[in-house]
Parts: sequence; structure tokens; C-alpha cells
Amino acid sequence: MTAVAVDPAAVYTLRHADDCLVLSHRLAQWSSRAPSLEEDVALTNIALDLLGQARALYTRTSELDRTGRSEDDHVFQRDERDFVNCLLVEQENGDFAVTVARQLLFSTYQLETWRALGGSTDRQVAAIAAKAVKEVTYHLDHATQWTLRLGDGTAESHERMRAALERLWPYTAELFETDAVTDDVVARGVAGDPQRLRAAWDSSVDQVLREATLERPSTSWTPTGGRRGLHTECFGYMLAEMQHLHRAHPGARW
Amino acid sequence: MSEQVREPLWEVFIRSRRGLSHNHVGSLHAADAQMALRNARDVFTRRMEGISIWVVPSASITASSPDERDPFFEPAADKAYRHPTFYDIPKEVKQL
Amino acid sequence: MDPVDLEVEFNGLVEADQRIEPRDWMPDGYRRNLIRQIAQHAHSEIIGMQPEGNWITRAPSLRRKAILMAKVQDEAGHGLYLYCAAETLGVDRAELIDQLHAGRQKYSSVFNYPTLTWADVGAIGWLVDGAAITNQIPLCRCSYGPYARAMVRVCKEESFHQRQGFESLYALSHGTPEQHAMAQDAVDRWWWPSLMLLGPSDAESTHTSQSMAWRIKRFTNDELRQRFVDMVAPQADVLELTPPDPELRWNEARGHYDFGECDWDELRRVVGGDGPCNRQRLAHHVSAHEEGAWVREAAAAYAAKHSAVGVVAA
Repeated sequence: MTAVAVDPAAVYTLRHADDCLVLSHRLAQWSSRAPSLEEDVALTNIALDLLGQARALYTRTSELDRTGRSEDDHVFQRDERDFVNCLLVEQENGDFAVTVARQLLFSTYQLETWRALGGSTDRQVAAIAAKAVKEVTYHLDHATQWTLRLGDGTAESHERMRAALERLWPYTAELFETDAVTDDVVARGVAGDPQRLRAAWDSSVDQVLREATLERPSTSWTPTGGRRGLHTECFGYMLAEMQHLHRAHPGARW
Repeated sequence: MSEQVREPLWEVFIRSRRGLSHNHVGSLHAADAQMALRNARDVFTRRMEGISIWVVPSASITASSPDERDPFFEPAADKAYRHPTFYDIPKEVKQL
Repeated sequence: MDPVDLEVEFNGLVEADQRIEPRDWMPDGYRRNLIRQIAQHAHSEIIGMQPEGNWITRAPSLRRKAILMAKVQDEAGHGLYLYCAAETLGVDRAELIDQLHAGRQKYSSVFNYPTLTWADVGAIGWLVDGAAITNQIPLCRCSYGPYARAMVRVCKEESFHQRQGFESLYALSHGTPEQHAMAQDAVDRWWWPSLMLLGPSDAESTHTSQSMAWRIKRFTNDELRQRFVDMVAPQADVLELTPPDPELRWNEARGHYDFGECDWDELRRVVGGDGPCNRQRLAHHVSAHEEGAWVREAAAAYAAKHSAVGVVAA
């Protein structure tokens, strides 16, 4: 049921690979649907960056878990319960405000994560992170610019942005959870402690929200489970669409 | 829905590498300068075409008119002495 | 200057293969013709995102997925370059989008066919982009400067589009029997629409002769079609796929391939609005545009509150 990998470092890289893949897929769904042509191009740029990060991390995962799985094996041959991305990235696009909110919340987390990984004892992971930091800095800037414009734009956009934050906020708690996997990689210096990212994430997000005249939502509900393969229902449909062609032709090359 | 929003047009200039000046590469729409700059990055530098970008509101450009072309540019045509090829120098003189 | 002198000067520039620039005097017909053609070209890029974009979420490998995303993204970029070229003629992009939505401006009819299998993505790259490039390369020397410059950029970026399509189709045609069948089926469906992409036959083309005189076009539709067939027919042999045209064969005497007649009635039907996907393509664009309205309004409202318009550098 859980990932085949046994080395916690491989589980850790797989989690981040899945985050990148799934969010890339969601962003790619905007293609030809964005609010402007310029934004269509921008969203695809972010999606392509994330896809590149996913590919690098899948490759590293296979080196760490010694299974020899290809990137496509990881993506197309695993079932829903084997995916270990966080729930936030799999949430459906909704309107543009939901997409912007999701990007703001996740890119802020990802930026702190990659920064910490820049000092990883796993030099290949550190190299992937060093490249990704530059990309994610831009993603966060993009999400920030739009959060400001939607939050402090019209009454309608403010309301949509407020609703988007309220909808997605519960899924942010999961980002900072620790478990045996994170304990292990933190102890070995492979990764930074997720809980220690929280303060930087809080202050960064709060600052953007304040400037955007938005308030931090409060919630008692903090859904979790993505890192253990327990996903929201929308995820199965996403995977079905993503995998059906590849799986319909076992062993075929594309 | 309210009346359709018309986002301003911006002219985009890109420095392709160090040592070169910014060149006009095209234009795009954005509501404000910060977004125009970011849109320019996304639209015009996907293939490493630049290391620096300027965006300028198209409306801010003052251009010479084709009607003024002759008084503007013709007078320079007969000033050949401004060009090095105007001068006769003996062949044996080097590096001049 | 006297209007007659202006026209003489304009014609002189065109005949001398000089470029006409936005602030130059130009005949109204030239301006109208260009707006129509550039807008149609821009709309084609944008509507053309849909049939291929249809497969982004289902691409069968990460490599193919990245390529397809980058390609569809390029089409958005190309539409954008072209809208900007049109805007130098005194129209606004929003007006052109309105005209598209109202059905007063067209886009290439080839995008009104559905992409039913993954092989369609390869076939579009190989055939549709191949035909488009055949049409676009001469446009890099078009008499209107901004259009020519946009086309230089488009052609440069598109050089990978046809190659990736060919490569993808080659992988299928040399793959499993099921993949080969998928590739052949795609070529069967995209061959004729690609030939028709190059426009009606010269005898029926309403715009060709004036466009050639103005050096907007450099070759007639039939000349471009011949050039395209000559290019792709031998490539089909390498792909081991058979174009659905029993009359397609090399003609030694002409030094060209002979090929059959397109179904011009079908082209008329599809251009007229009754292709398989006309309604769907337009509805998709209209809904994306309308759903984005509140975002554009928010950006404008924010700009009004915060921006001091000026030069910004990075």
C-alpha cells in the first residue's frame, strides 16, 4: 500500500516529487483557460518549472530506493494510495482566486523547504534545491502579485480571494507535520525540520495577506493524510485522466 | 458585468546579454508596470533571450512623424565628411 | 503630402521590397486586409491551443507532457505577438477578440477537427504545423514590418514544433501494432484538413491577388500546397505511414508530387461554421474570456489605486 521505498530519504524525495508533479498538472489544466493570454503563458511557465523539479526528484528517488524505477514508472504506474503529495496541491483549480491562493500558500512553503534543502547532506538533493529555489522565488512573486491585485482590487475579487483562502487554509497544517520519515531525514541532515519552517511561512504569508487587505482565516479543521497516501476524492479522477493512456498500452514506448 | 476592461499596452525592451543595449522586442498588455514586467519575462524570455528587461507604456512614447521625415533626416545625407571613408589617405599609412 | 504622392511613395516602397511601418501612410484596403489576415492568424494560434491542449493532462510520458505544454504555451505566445502586430494598425486586442466571438473574424478551419487519440498530437505537429510553417516562412518577408517581425519570431520558435510532431509520430509508427494503427488513423484524419489549411484553390481565393500585389503574400495557395506536399510526402515514407490519397505519387516530369483534389465542399462547410468542433472551440474561448473578466477588472482597479505609470526596469 505505501511506497515501495524503504530508505526514508527516498520517501522524502518522493513526497516532494509528487507535490511538484500534482501541482504542475493542476496548473497545466489552465492552458487556454487563463484570464489573459499573458497569464496563460505565465501559468504554464510555473507548471513547466514544477514538472522539471518533479522529474529530477523522481530520478533521485529511484537512486535512493534502488528500485530502478523510471520517472514514468513513478508517475503512471502507481495507484492513488501510493502517491504521497500533500492534499493542498491536489485541490481542484476552482476560480483564478483559488489557484492564486493555492500557489501563494504552497510556493511559500516550497521556498522555505528548498532553502533548507540547499544545505542537505545529500549533495544531489542540495543541487536540485539550489536550482529550484530560483524558480520558486519567481512562482511566489507571481502568486504574491496576484494576491495583492485580487485582495485589493474590486469588491468581487476581494470576496473571491477571501473565499479561496478560507477554502484552502485547512490544508496548510499538513505541510508542517512530522513523522518517522521527516524525523529520520532531519536527524541525518538530509532535510530541514518541517516545523521549523512554520515561523518563516507564517510571517511571509501574513505579510502578503496584510498588504492585500486580506485576513488570515481561522479553522478548527486540519485535514491530513496525503503523506500516507490518503487523498481527497478529486485526486483519483486526476490520476485516472493522467494515467489511462500510458496504462492502456503496457510496455509501449512513446 | 461592468464595461470591458482595456489593459494598457506596454513596449518591451530586452538586453540579450552583457555589453549589448536593450532592444525593442514587442509589446504586451498589463494593468500596471509590475505586471507588465513579469508578463514580459514570461512571454519574451522563455528561451534565455534576455538578462534585463524594460517596459514602457506605449502611450508614453513620443515618435517622430513620417511627415517630418525629410526635415528630420534628409539634412544628414550630404555630410559625407562625417564618415571616415570620406578622407583620402595614402595606402602605406596604417592604423589610421 | 498630396494623397496621390503618398500612394506613389507607398507603392514604390512595396515594389522596392522595403517594409511599411505603422506610422507610414497606407491605403485603407491594405490596412483592412492586414488587420483581417493578422487577426485571423492570431485567432488561429489561440484557438489552436485547444485541440492539442486537450491531451496535456493525458500525455503518456513526462517527456511528452513537457514538450506538449511548451508547445501549446508557444501558441499562446505567438497569438500574443500577432495581436500586438495587429494593434500597430490601430485596433485593440479586445476589439479583435470581440470580432472573433461575434463570428466576424475567422480562424483556421483546421482547428475545428477533434483530437481523438494521442496520435493526433503528433499528426498535428507534423502535418498542421508543417503546413503552417510552409505558409509562415514567406510571411517573414511580408511588406508590413511588424507582421514580418512577428513572423520571424514565430518561425524561429516553431522550428521545434514540427520536429516534435514527427518524432512523436515516428515513435508510434515504429511502436506496437496498436500504436501504429493509432498513428495511421491520425494521419488519415489530419492529411486533408492540413492541405486545406493553405486556403482555397487559387481560382477561388478572394484575397490572393491583391495580397500578392501588396507583397503581404508571396506565393499563391496552390503553390504553397504543392510545396507542402513535396515536403511531407517523402517524410511519410520514413514514418511508414500512408497518406489517404490514392493519387499521391512522384511526377518525374514535373519534378513534384501529384496529389488529389481537396474536398472543397467540406472546407466551405467547416469555414461556414459546420465543422465538428466550431461551436465547441468558440464556446470554450468565450467562456474562458468571460470567466477572466473579474480578474482583469481587479488588476485594473488595483492599478488605478497603486500605480504611478512609468518606466520600470529589472
